[in-house]
Amino acid sequence: MSAPKTLYDKIVDEHRILSFDESGAAGERLLLYIDRTVLNEYTSPQAFSGLRAAGRAPWRPAASLGVVDHVNSTNPDREAGELDDGARRQIEYLGENGRDFGIEIFDLFDPRQGIEHVVMPELGLVLPGMVIAAGDSHSTTYGAFGVVGFGIGTSDIEHLLATQTLVYRRLRTMRITIGGTLAPGITAKDLIMEVIRRIGADGAAGHAVEFAGAAIGALGVEARMTICNMAVECGARVALMAPDDKVVEYIAGCPRAPSAGLLTQARAEWQALRSDPGARFDKEIALDAGDIPPMVSWGTSPDQSLAITGIVPDPDDLPAERRADAVRAMAYMGLAPHTPLQDIAIDRAFIGSCTNARLTDLRDAARILKGRKVAPGVRAMISPGSSGVRRAAEEEGIDRIFIEAGFEWRRSGCSLCLAMNDDSLAPGERCASSTNRNFEGRQGIGGRTHLMSPAMVAAAAVTGRLADVRDLAAEERD
Amino acid sequence: MERFIRLSGRAAAMPAANIDTDVIMPKAFLKGIDRSGLAQGLFHDLRFDESGAVRDDFILNRADMAETRFLLVGPNFGCGSSREHAVWGMLQYGIRGIIGASYGAIFADNAANNGLLLLSLPLEQVAALMAELGDGAGDMTVDLDAQRIAIGSYAAAFDIDPATRRALMLGLDRIGETLTHADRIRGFEKAYLGRKPWLMGAER
Repeated sequence: MSAPKTLYDKIVDEHRILSFDESGAAGERLLLYIDRTVLNEYTSPQAFSGLRAAGRAPWRPAASLGVVDHVNSTNPDREAGELDDGARRQIEYLGENGRDFGIEIFDLFDPRQGIEHVVMPELGLVLPGMVIAAGDSHSTTYGAFGVVGFGIGTSDIEHLLATQTLVYRRLRTMRITIGGTLAPGITAKDLIMEVIRRIGADGAAGHAVEFAGAAIGALGVEARMTICNMAVECGARVALMAPDDKVVEYIAGCPRAPSAGLLTQARAEWQALRSDPGARFDKEIALDAGDIPPMVSWGTSPDQSLAITGIVPDPDDLPAERRADAVRAMAYMGLAPHTPLQDIAIDRAFIGSCTNARLTDLRDAARILKGRKVAPGVRAMISPGSSGVRRAAEEEGIDRIFIEAGFEWRRSGCSLCLAMNDDSLAPGERCASSTNRNFEGRQGIGGRTHLMSPAMVAAAAVTGRLADVRDLAAEERD
Repeated sequence: MERFIRLSGRAAAMPAANIDTDVIMPKAFLKGIDRSGLAQGLFHDLRFDESGAVRDDFILNRADMAETRFLLVGPNFGCGSSREHAVWGMLQYGIRGIIGASYGAIFADNAANNGLLLLSLPLEQVAALMAELGDGAGDMTVDLDAQRIAIGSYAAAFDIDPATRRALMLGLDRIGETLTHADRIRGFEKAYLGRKPWLMGAER
């Protein structure tokens, strides 16, 4: 009998065309078959130009989908949306590449347009056991389906398009087991932020991380995507979860899902997509979900975060190697040590991004917003993860809750998560944000980002400062 | 891709941890469909203030650092976004090598694909090299052939992955190399997709 294997190694083995060193161990250099990719308008252009210059064509055009998401306006009126010349050229070039190379493109006006990592799963293009590499770091999202998903740069996009493969190095493995049950009001976002805080921004560097345990199994598929998506912020190159019945049910309801007959056939094989008992991981970490509070970031790295009930740390209390970075982060964020997080006033509130803009995220926020108003002086925006999510929310009437609370009900795109479009913070503006990165300047030069769950953004928006969502949820019950 | 064999030049220290690709190449420089004009974008918001004036306190703006070839960096350098523009900008600016303890994984792959040398050394050794620089800048030599690095009186051997080293030294066409295995890829694909018919079932 062969040795017990991790889920990650099973999927890599299934996609190994040839090994350059035959080691089979972490670090093995191999040629990896890639099932599928998704292309966006800003990291793919130079890959297509490279193909054109070399006279090469995509290996299997049907394995690619192109989506406009990073640079487009989220103006509710699509026709009126502002586009700068660069953005316009990138969108046009994506369309041109699609036409010339036979790749399906969802342009700005396509009813299926949206953020790539929201669109791919909701179409049913993400299937357990696949390897999906794409030109965006948050391609780890697909791990929620038992998929080895990872981000690549433009040179590797070109390599993938030309060969349907990547020259790949097998990763080390880490398992993060999360037992217990999340307390009421605590979400997948809080869970992954706590993991990142605990292990650091490079805590999973060089590893494929498998999330396991009862707390993961209890989550819905969309919540699982939030966790896998943001695992890249602790350095994970791949995030994985064993697919279960919830995953199969999710896929079965999608427009591009395999037919019922094929799905039955697939399901039998997908049952083997789990780490064998006794499989050895290079690193193991365990957490109890019940201990996790609502989290917010205070600094400029996703690991600089705390429970909402906490205070901005005193750099002198931090380990020596973290002190200088903390001082710099506080200066950028305009925060003094010992400030209670709940005293921090905000100017902006944003719900969106590939991390937290799916229908369940919108419902979470709407529950807090119902019957409440955005605080005076706060500009609040929501950009649903896809045009499909936007329509579904409108069918449920959720859009009315946001609009009546004072949120701008925008179109879909990456939007203020990285502000490549005209959604941007002004210098010094402070934003409660359901996104994934609080890096300096990410939401606008001098902009100050506090990461948190969608429900926490809603709580901050109506309070006018960072707030504990549990207090607002308690009011509802009273 | 330009080959890297042996190079001497100015080295600058940027010791902060987790310097991300948003900082290395801000979004204002991501709107092209080619690779040009990215030297201006490199560390743009650290090099220039909001009015566009040069920030004198940033190391690369020092008069003696105009020809910087190497960066000595803190851990997890290049974390964050997959944007390869960060690596293109480095090379266009003139940076040929980066020495640190660890890197964002996508950034590291992008560097290897473009001939930007990344050395991963133990944290203590990076600290020793930074200490050798004194005020944050100095002359350094990296000999990839001999696998040796030297700053002032400090010299040391380093390890590097042999495949990465070979590609850097030869400047290989990676896609061309892979396509020499086209028959293997085709054979694999046929068997693999035949075994899993639901994979094609989901396609348009």
